[in-house]
Formats: sequence, C-alpha cells, structure tokens
Amino acid sequence: MRTRYAREVAVVAFAQSDHQRRTDELSEVEMVMPVLHQVLAATGLKAGEIGFTCSGSSDYLAGRAFSFTMTLDGVGAWPPISESHVETDGAWALYEAWVKIQTGEADTALVYSYGKSSPGSVRDVLTRQLDPYYLAPLWPDSVALAALQAQALIDAGETDEQALAAIGARSRTAAGSNPHAQLSGPVPQGGYQVRPLRTGDCPPIGDGAAAVVLAAGDTARRLCERPAWITGIDHRIEAHGLGLRDLTDSLSTRTAAEHAGLFDAPVDTAELHAPFSSQEVVLRKALGLGDAVAVNPSGGALAANPMMAAGLIRIGEAAARIHRGESRRAVAHATSGPCLQQNLVAVLEGDPS
Amino acid sequence: MSTSGTPATAGKEPVAVVGIGQTKHVAARHDVSIAGLVREAAARALADAELTWADVDAVVIGKAPDFFEGVMMPELYLADALGAVGKPMLRVHTAGSVGGSTALVAANLVAARLHRTVLTLAFEKQSESNAMWGLSLPVPFQQPLLAGAGGFFAPHVRAYMRRTGAPDTVGSLVAYKDRRNALKNPYAHLHEHDITLEKVQASPMLWDPIRYSETCPSSDGACAMVLTDRAGAARSPKPPAWVHGGAMRSEPTLFAGKDFVSPQAGKDCAADVYRQAGITDPRREIDAVEMYVPFSWYEPMWLENLGFAQEGEGWKLTEAGVTELDGDLPVNPSGGVLSTNPIGASGMIRFAEAALQVCGRAGEHQVPGARRALGHAYGGGAQFFAMWLVGAEPPRS
Repeated sequence: MRTRYAREVAVVAFAQSDHQRRTDELSEVEMVMPVLHQVLAATGLKAGEIGFTCSGSSDYLAGRAFSFTMTLDGVGAWPPISESHVETDGAWALYEAWVKIQTGEADTALVYSYGKSSPGSVRDVLTRQLDPYYLAPLWPDSVALAALQAQALIDAGETDEQALAAIGARSRTAAGSNPHAQLSGPVPQGGYQVRPLRTGDCPPIGDGAAAVVLAAGDTARRLCERPAWITGIDHRIEAHGLGLRDLTDSLSTRTAAEHAGLFDAPVDTAELHAPFSSQEVVLRKALGLGDAVAVNPSGGALAANPMMAAGLIRIGEAAARIHRGESRRAVAHATSGPCLQQNLVAVLEGDPS
Repeated sequence: MSTSGTPATAGKEPVAVVGIGQTKHVAARHDVSIAGLVREAAARALADAELTWADVDAVVIGKAPDFFEGVMMPELYLADALGAVGKPMLRVHTAGSVGGSTALVAANLVAARLHRTVLTLAFEKQSESNAMWGLSLPVPFQQPLLAGAGGFFAPHVRAYMRRTGAPDTVGSLVAYKDRRNALKNPYAHLHEHDITLEKVQASPMLWDPIRYSETCPSSDGACAMVLTDRAGAARSPKPPAWVHGGAMRSEPTLFAGKDFVSPQAGKDCAADVYRQAGITDPRREIDAVEMYVPFSWYEPMWLENLGFAQEGEGWKLTEAGVTELDGDLPVNPSGGVLSTNPIGASGMIRFAEAALQVCGRAGEHQVPGARRALGHAYGGGAQFFAMWLVGAEPPRS
C-alpha cells in the first residue's frame, strides 16, 4: 500500500445503532451513547485517550439550536477534549478528523454522527436546505427532486423503472444479513411516491447513529488486527441550482474519486450513499463500477438512511468488510444536498498485499 | 492528548494569513441576500491578497445555528457565491466559537499540505430571522437557555463578582472602552459618537448585573480570510500574519464540577496555544488580544482564564486601564463583540483582527508595534473554545 499523504491513517473500529422508524423513548444522547461505548470498547481506548473528536448532526432535524452540545455531554468530555463539529453528514466530520491526524496534532480520532428524522416530516424539513429566496418558498421536497433526477435518467436511456426496481430489491435482500438495517428482505416495490419513483426506490425514514475510530500508523496496527487504511479521500461540491447541473451524471463524485486515487486500481466493494435507487445509477457511472464490484452489501441507504449518519455508515461498512477480511480494496461514498450536490469519496485498503 | 509519543507537529507547513475581508457590520443588510453578504467579504479578502477565485483550492465556511437565518445547511446554497463549485467545501458549527474553529479547520488543510490556498469565511445575517427565538426553542428534559444568552450568563457574572470582590463599576468600564474603540474601526456595527461612561451606567438593567449598554448588538456581517502556505506567503504583496499556534477545547455543558466563571476548557485551550507558540508569560509576550466578550464582564473573567492575570485579579487590569487601546495589554482594539456581533462571524473577526494587528494594518485602532496577538472565541454555555496566536514573523520550525 502506498499513501500519498504525510501519515497513514486507518479506520480501526466502527459501530452503529439499530436503525428504527421511531425512537420516541430515546433522546439523541441516549441513542448515541451505546454506539460510542461500543466503538471505544472495540479499541480499548477511553474518551480521554482520544486525540481529537469530531461529530456531525443537524439542528434542523433536532428542532433546536446548538443541539450537538447535549450529545457532547454523552461523550464524557471531561477533562476537556480537543473537539469539533460539522453541521452535515458525519462523513465530513471524519474528513476533518483525518485532516487533524494528517497535521500530526493527533494520533487517534473519535468520529460520530446521528440524526432523528422521526419527530418531524423529513421531506418538508429538507426543503429548508434549498435556496431560501427562490426555491425553498415553493417547498419542493426531497422525493420530488430525486424524481426529477430519475426521470432525467430514464429520458436519457440510462435506466428504466424495472432496472430501478431491481436495485431496490437487491439492496433490501442484501440487508437481510445486516442486523442494523431498518428494512430487509424482499420489500414490495409499492405505488408511486412521485413518478417515476415508487416506495421501493425511496429510502426509509428513520433514526440512527454511528461512530468510527481513526488511528495513525503503528497506533492503528496496535488497535486493530486488520486496519482499513484510508489511501485516498476527497470531497467536492457542485452548483446548487438543479438547472445548472447534468442530473444524469455526478462530476463532483468523479473529481473526488480521481483525487482519492480510486481509478489507480480496481475495487471489490462499494458502499454508496444513494438514498434513491436512481442515484445508484448515477454513482456507478461516475465511479466506473463494473458488475464484479459488490455494491452496497450492507443494503445501503435504501435499507436504512439515518440522516447525517448514513454517509459515515458507508465508510464504516466498507471498513468493516476490510476488518473481516471480506474486502481488499473498497470505495465508500457519502452525499449531501439535493440530487447528489456534494459528494465525498474514500478509498480503503487492507494491509499491504 | 495523543496515544503514542510526541505528535509529529514538526512536519507541519507554516500557515500565513495573506488576505482579510469584512463587511461593514450593521443591524440589517436589506440590500443583499445571504449569498451577496458572504461574497462581499470573500471578494474583499481575495482583493486584499491580490488573488482571484481560481487561486482558491478549498473553502471552509462556518456560522452559528441554522435557525438564525432559517436555512438548513446554507453552505449548499452558498457554494456558487463562494466560488466553491468543483472544489472541496467544508461546513463547521461549534456554537459561538465557530468563527474561530472554522479558521482553525481551514488552517489545518494548509498545515497538513492538503491544499495550498484556502478561503475561510464565517457569517451571520441575523436580520433574516430572530436569534432570541432561535435560542429559545423549548426542549423537553433539558435546561432552557432562559431568555437568550444574557439570562444564561448573568448568574456566572454575579458569581465572578462575589468570588473576586470586583466593584460593580468594572463592567461599564469595559463597555465604555470597547464602544470608544469601535469608533476607530470603520467595519464596527455600533458607532456611538456620543458615548460616555455615565450613559453606559445609566442604561437599563437587562439581566442583573448586565446592563443594556454592556451587551452585544445583533449584527449582519461576514468575515473572510485567505490562508496559504510558505510559498503562497512569499508571493503575497503585503507582509502576512503567521499562525504560531491554534487549538480547540470542549467540555460538557452541565455537570457538578463545572466552573462557569473560569472553565477548564478555556484554560487548557490557551495553554496548548501558548505551548505551540513558545509563550511562557502571556502578559509580557502578547501585544494585543481580540477576546470574545459578548457581555462586558467577560473581559476581566477571560483575562484570568487566559492567563493574563492571577485568579481574582482580572478586574484590576481593566480598572487600571491596562486593557485600553493605549494600555500595555490592549484588549479588543477593534471594539470587539460588544460593538459588532454577527454571531457566527464574531469568532473569525477576533482571529482576523488579531492578524491585522500583527501586520500593522489595523488602521486607526492599530496597537503600535504589535508583533504577537491572540484571537479568542468561545461558545455554547462557555464550553467550546477556539484560539489562535498570530505573529509578524514566521514561526520557528
């Protein structure tokens, strides 16, 4: 394994909650704490021994300002810790933590993220992330926008409704072996949510949390039998306006993949953050994934899509396959914004072969 | 703390601040959208550095809660306005310390040699919504913030006064000083030309002991900086400010052992920054401080927390005029948060003003001969801290 960065950094542990449609009886802190305990226990580290901690979440899902301050209490930040937070998916918190380790200021990092979609209407909530003056007042929801993208793909001859249905069925069948998934086993394709997307093309709405421990060099080797080395990681954003983008392609994903070195060698596994079946079509093309690659063996976001954690879970799932010896080289992808506006790509590899 | 041996900080790339841009901070910028506001600050920072949008490799943006404007994850909508399309863009949110944390995250991208030139920006357009409302949403089983931030912090000021025996005149001295300093800063929000100490002292009591004139305003504004590596600094048209140390620290909001008057996380954060910068006597070795003081009494409190005064003695520095613009440790020569508070940007303004001081480019509020300055930010229930120390000389490596 060759790294293009100053330091070798690996995912050494991953934990996630059982994703559920509702968790009325749990506060966010109560949802996150078992996951934190589990991921730390896997490494034998205590919160106070971690060099840097970074989290991802959204105040809009929590329905209050500064919502992450309470979850920090759950980390056990005493004595005080070196800590930061991104208001987006935890995959970007992992990126910030990875950068911190690259500076040499930390050897280990705890990354966690969470979201509860159940208290509100997540389709309505997500409209608030659109251009606030021209677009958000029209309340176009996330499913409607994804449907525009799906229709563009169908019109371009890149897919059809039957192929999309097969993606949903494959994902939920794969989730049968994932005890954390919210939906698993064959799920009927269902009626149209917004044409051409049917229920089976859309992600379940649910609550969940995830956590990852990163470590550098020999620390990683000490903490994990088979570390998942991050040999490349990059993220890119595109224009916000859907009319300014080719919705059938994802230039930002491809650019991030190039900078992450994805195309230097083949991968055997891909964990893609594609909340809609049609988005898997776009991402497969952008990442150049052939049929030999196992795509979303965890079931992906069509089986569980806890907002702000689903991207971090893709990195965690890809790393876990490497930890278990089921993958040699994997790609993990996370997305943010409407119709794949912002994308992160990480390449993970097992020990030098 | 690291888990194995000494971190390899020696390999870090030195980081230079080569461009700074601010908007004129005001109560309401009805003439621009959020995108227009941030672009104004970013364009000024690029012009200051004599660079173009194409020179920027990555954008790091910060702001306080999304509820303050009513836009969820506004970085998505702002990508176009900040020239970020096709580039990496990272959004940071660490409560009131976010402006400082954002600059530190951006600096790390350069320090780790991942990007050569990074644009960092923080903003708040408070007129789009209502910050008091944004902070007052009730949450079951959690302590409410009690009528916005002032209600939360007033008891801690009271505790400071009781603990140190500080006379109740100290808070008004800070406010009077900062509002006068703001008159020398063209970007400051409050320009109270007729300010007097008597007027501050006669202003209405809001949250005893905090008076109206001892509180920060609600501002619309943005602040941006261009950070670059050694090669970028060599091409800079003006002498840059160099980052000598930077750190973030967090502690829990509510727990039995918390010292709300002088939080441990603040002390630890300052100690880490001083260690990185080789500062052993901050009172003598630091020439200017841009400190996050949203309520006037936090100046004497933070003077102690940051190691500029012994415990219980901070108010004496303020009372003796040490922190005045012409004192020997000027605090908030820009007028500070008390004169300008676009919340998410307030921390970055502290960092940027510290940089202006060591570049000798702070205009009328310049501290003569300032070579090393501290930028400080805090947030939440005084549990998030971010600081950097900048100098006129490159750091020793």
